[in-house]
Amino acid sequence: MTEAVTAAPSRTAAAVRLRGVSKAFGSAKTRLLALDQVSLDVAPGEFVCLLGASGCGKSTLLNLVAGLDKVSAGTIDDGGARVALMFQEPALFPWLTVTANIELALKMRGVPRPDRRPRAAELLDSVHLAGFAKKRPHQLSGGMRQRVALARALALTVDDTDATQGTVLLMDEPFGALDAMTRDLLHDEIERVWRDRGLTVLFVTHNVREAVRLGDRVVLLSSRPGRVVEEFPVPMDRPRRIDSPEVASLAATITDRLREEVGRHGA
Amino acid sequence: MAHDTTSRHDAPPETGAPGDRLNRELAGLDALELGGGTGRRLLQRTWSAAWPMAAAVVIALAAWQAVVWSGWKEPWVLPGPRDTFPVLWDQVASSRFWKAVALTMQRAIIGFAMSIAVGVVVGGLVSQFRVLRRAFGSLITGLQTMPSIAWFPLAILLFKLSESAILFVVVLGAAPSIANGLIAGVDYTPPILLRAGKVMGLRGLNLYRHLVLPASLPSFVAGLKQGWAFAWRSLMAGELLVIIGSTTSLGVLLSQARELNATADMISYMIVILVIGILIDQLFGVLDRAIRGRWGLED
Ligand SMILES: Nc1ncnc2c1ncn2[C@@H]1O[C@H](COP(=O)(O)OP(=O)(O)OP(=O)(O)O)[C@@H](O)[C@H]1O
Ligand SMILES: [Mg+2]
Repeated sequence: MTEAVTAAPSRTAAAVRLRGVSKAFGSAKTRLLALDQVSLDVAPGEFVCLLGASGCGKSTLLNLVAGLDKVSAGTIDDGGARVALMFQEPALFPWLTVTANIELALKMRGVPRPDRRPRAAELLDSVHLAGFAKKRPHQLSGGMRQRVALARALALTVDDTDATQGTVLLMDEPFGALDAMTRDLLHDEIERVWRDRGLTVLFVTHNVREAVRLGDRVVLLSSRPGRVVEEFPVPMDRPRRIDSPEVASLAATITDRLREEVGRHGA
Repeated sequence: MAHDTTSRHDAPPETGAPGDRLNRELAGLDALELGGGTGRRLLQRTWSAAWPMAAAVVIALAAWQAVVWSGWKEPWVLPGPRDTFPVLWDQVASSRFWKAVALTMQRAIIGFAMSIAVGVVVGGLVSQFRVLRRAFGSLITGLQTMPSIAWFPLAILLFKLSESAILFVVVLGAAPSIANGLIAGVDYTPPILLRAGKVMGLRGLNLYRHLVLPASLPSFVAGLKQGWAFAWRSLMAGELLVIIGSTTSLGVLLSQARELNATADMISYMIVILVIGILIDQLFGVLDRAIRGRWGLED
């Protein structure tokens, strides 16, 4: 009885809830356990950064949350929330112009036709690509394509009623291909959108400082199989600067822990 | 390098907020990344495409002339280019010739259109249903390799000496290539794009309209191009074998010329058949390149 009562509020307290999630690839012979018993709660409106070495299962985890793959064991509950995923690759439709790529996402979110063009223009402006609406993806550089992909992911958090509250935005190393200056600008931008729209963000990165700059919480994953090793709350006020001493000092702590984790595999 | 650009962008008087300045700096970086346009001039492109073709024609004519000069055959059996081209010119000026071309092209267009319809339906179904794929996948590829002339005895039995017999073989020749082009296109839709589509909520008809069909278009056009080559060959075989009453087609003209031992006329018709085939193939080539360019598949 008491259990049920205490369980009820915590059910609503998580926007995404992972319980004992495992994912194995391959057949019985070539079986590779990518994720092992991962449990994680992300609160509504929370910005969580997932950190881990290459190949530890971060993309796999996001794919599972987005419903693109099936778990091997465990449960994922997103309470039927709208989920938007930005892939590690830009994954833009090459036959559409930049603006048409974004307009298609808006269309799929039920934005009426006359509103799409201006909304797409706003989104492109927010990733500082206003002048490139008519280009095709292959005419852009890798970093610019990533920014278009970001705009498209943001378009997926929109709907006709603008009730974006509760949308879960999953981002897979969105800024990996960007130069430092552009990245810093987009950190500000993503933080603004997150706050304004009340999004819940699960953000994957290799970059420890980036994780500390952006996250309310940094979750460290181990490699092969991926497990949650440790969680670091980030107490600093926003907006933070990526080159501030506080960010650097927490990042150093997390990096040490990450090194330790990676080192266990060398031994 | 980047510093040069930023300072150049800083040069105009500062009016906006620091955000504006950052924007301008970013624009500078983006301009650097994109680099200058590399659009070659149209004239230059046409020339670089045209001169190898012209050279090939000259070489072919020279070889032909050389064979004639060698005295291998009597000149009335194998006339040289100088005797043939006036004949070709006379043909091109006659209305009978144009009637023949019109009938042949009409058959080609109808046959090719039917091939597209059949190819799209069959390709669409086979790419959709795994059972059909297992049942018919390799059969379609097999049909592609079957010489279409082998169908004619059956076609003549089924349809007598009629338009239908010709169309039947044209469709059997062209449709498998078109179907295969579509199947390959659907199969090789990049999985990452399918995932992106799924995240957007593309399903059912929308998935086809906005993702699968555009993604398979380049492969489909390649299938059309190949299908056209097969359709044209089948049509010529058909017009030589299935001669219907008093109709005049390029095939009829060709076989009449043979009966009359008019080699110069015969070669003229062959040249016309070759040129039409090449022209339409070029048309598909243009379409193919346009699409590949748009899709960013060009290197
Ligand atoms: N479809 C698949 N089939 C087989 N193995 C897979 C598949 N997808 C991922 N893996 C394996 O699962 C592990 C985790 O992969 P994943 O892509 O999730 O890593 P990641 O943490 O995103 O790495 P990175 O930081 O390099 O992007 C890897 O060892 C990878 O080889
Ligand atoms: Mg990854």
